[in-house]
Amino acid sequence: MLSKLKLHGGAELLFDGVKNHHVTLPGQSDPWDMKQLLAWIRGNMLKERPELFMQGDTVRPGILVLINDADWELMGELEYQLQDQDNVVFISTLHGG
Amino acid sequence: MCQVEEDYNGLECKQEKIPVPTLNRKCMKCKEGTAVLIIRVNDSFCRSCFKEYFIHKFRAMLGKNRVIFLQEKVLLAVSGGAASCSMLSQVQEGLSREAPKKLRFVPGIIYIDDGGACGRSAEERQRSNALLKSIFTETGFTYFIVSLEQVFSLPTSVLVPGTSDPDPSNPSYKQAVDQYIKEKQTLTEENVASAVAQLSIEDSAYSPEHKLALERLFSSMKTLTAKEDMLQTLRQHLILHIARENGYSKVMMGDSCSRLAVKLLSNIALGRGAALASDTGFSDPRYGDVVIVRPMRDYSSKEIAFYSRMFNVPSVFISGLDTQTHDKTSIQRLTESFVTNLQSDFPSTVSTIYRTSEKLHTVMPPQSQTAEPASKCLLCLCTLDTKVDKASAFHATLVSEQLSQIKLQDPSLDAPAQSAEQCCTEGQGCGPGGCCSSNRLPSHQDLKTLLCYSCRLTIKDMVATNTLPPYIITEAEKRQKRSQMKMEISEYLLEDDEED
Repeated sequence: MLSKLKLHGGAELLFDGVKNHHVTLPGQSDPWDMKQLLAWIRGNMLKERPELFMQGDTVRPGILVLINDADWELMGELEYQLQDQDNVVFISTLHGG
Repeated sequence: MCQVEEDYNGLECKQEKIPVPTLNRKCMKCKEGTAVLIIRVNDSFCRSCFKEYFIHKFRAMLGKNRVIFLQEKVLLAVSGGAASCSMLSQVQEGLSREAPKKLRFVPGIIYIDDGGACGRSAEERQRSNALLKSIFTETGFTYFIVSLEQVFSLPTSVLVPGTSDPDPSNPSYKQAVDQYIKEKQTLTEENVASAVAQLSIEDSAYSPEHKLALERLFSSMKTLTAKEDMLQTLRQHLILHIARENGYSKVMMGDSCSRLAVKLLSNIALGRGAALASDTGFSDPRYGDVVIVRPMRDYSSKEIAFYSRMFNVPSVFISGLDTQTHDKTSIQRLTESFVTNLQSDFPSTVSTIYRTSEKLHTVMPPQSQTAEPASKCLLCLCTLDTKVDKASAFHATLVSEQLSQIKLQDPSLDAPAQSAEQCCTEGQGCGPGGCCSSNRLPSHQDLKTLLCYSCRLTIKDMVATNTLPPYIITEAEKRQKRSQMKMEISEYLLEDDEED
């Protein structure tokens, strides 16, 4: 399943400075939800300092998540099920990256 | 209860999360469009209603606090981040409207390149400067791109609060608006704007000595807290200087609500409680002739981030002193992580802190106009809070500090003072390059009497005070000599109630 990830506001620093990522998530029987996506990102993409991006199961407070240009709070946050070609944007509003 | 990662096994003390809404939630304002974001706790907005709301808030903030007069020159301090770039785009939007409620002031932009203090490489700085330059030229306003190294060539007049223009013919806001409408100068505005844009300065060049001096200054500070504080102070001085030089009477800063809440709490922790009202309020009049204004203080960082994402506001992320540092590296950083974490569980945290800050006011002392410059702090120009009597908390901290230190030989501190007195017999004080300025660098003791409590703490963290920029050292010496002189001749001064 293809997905487009974008990083803004300093979050890109944790991903080698690359702002746009096209990721292909491995196929699985259940549809991917945000919780699994975040765990996948932490395992496969975060090069360093995972605690600056994630806190437990969810993103660190201060990092906003937009799914297809809409607030993820409207979509169910971690329970939202990803669809093909979905656009996920992470914006950091914090001072320190 | 106030711990961030506390586990509540079985106890439902955590605030109940609002039941998860379905995908097609409607905008609460127009009730028609599909909601795209939620702000505050439960307010969902569609795209167009959000844009209206955002723009309206900015103009309401400026209209409520009627401090910006017509045709006034206003400097916009842009750091490249989302908040200041949104402010820039709001100003652009406000100035371009055809409606009669158009904003009417003359903006300029200033960006301070502090890469030398933050340890960024020359190529990185040039790259971000170029990106910002392209953003600024698109707006058509005058812009100044200044590097922080310029701080080493500032004059001492920066540290003296200017007097605001007591123009007797200065009309009230309403009168000014009426007068303007009568005169209707709209025809020549576009020509003026294009001519003024050509005066833009990009002064990002810096000499290697200044660069080294800046690096030495920041490496002589032991803690990150002190470094951030000093960086903030130097930036303010530089902005003030550019504003004064180019005739700007107002400076707009892009501090958002969330940022200000963090600033409020960290200022209290730093010892700047006395200046809270001016540090976090809408307007900051401490510099006299230049007033600092914060029009973005009603926006949370979520609103700003969404707006700049949805409406393509160009911004440049520039890493600062505390980027990617651990939570506990500085007071400011720790406060930020505390407030943000608390906010995620208790969504009214930031707004409560904000409402509290709105209630703070400064009590203006009756003779503030005639107060001598010496009664203001040397670095942050707030009123000195350290000239209090013996029965105060401040005096108690001084006494306990003295008692807990091992006393070194005191006579060594007095000796340089005596030699200085001998050569300054005219009472004029030696100028730079004079007889004693090279022998006598200000020690920690000298500077302390001229600083407010929190600036003292910052200076205390410095290993060598001679790395401070020359304008600070010169002004400090001048004030020292002046107060010494005053003490010497105090018995000869006539009191007002003496009869001769």
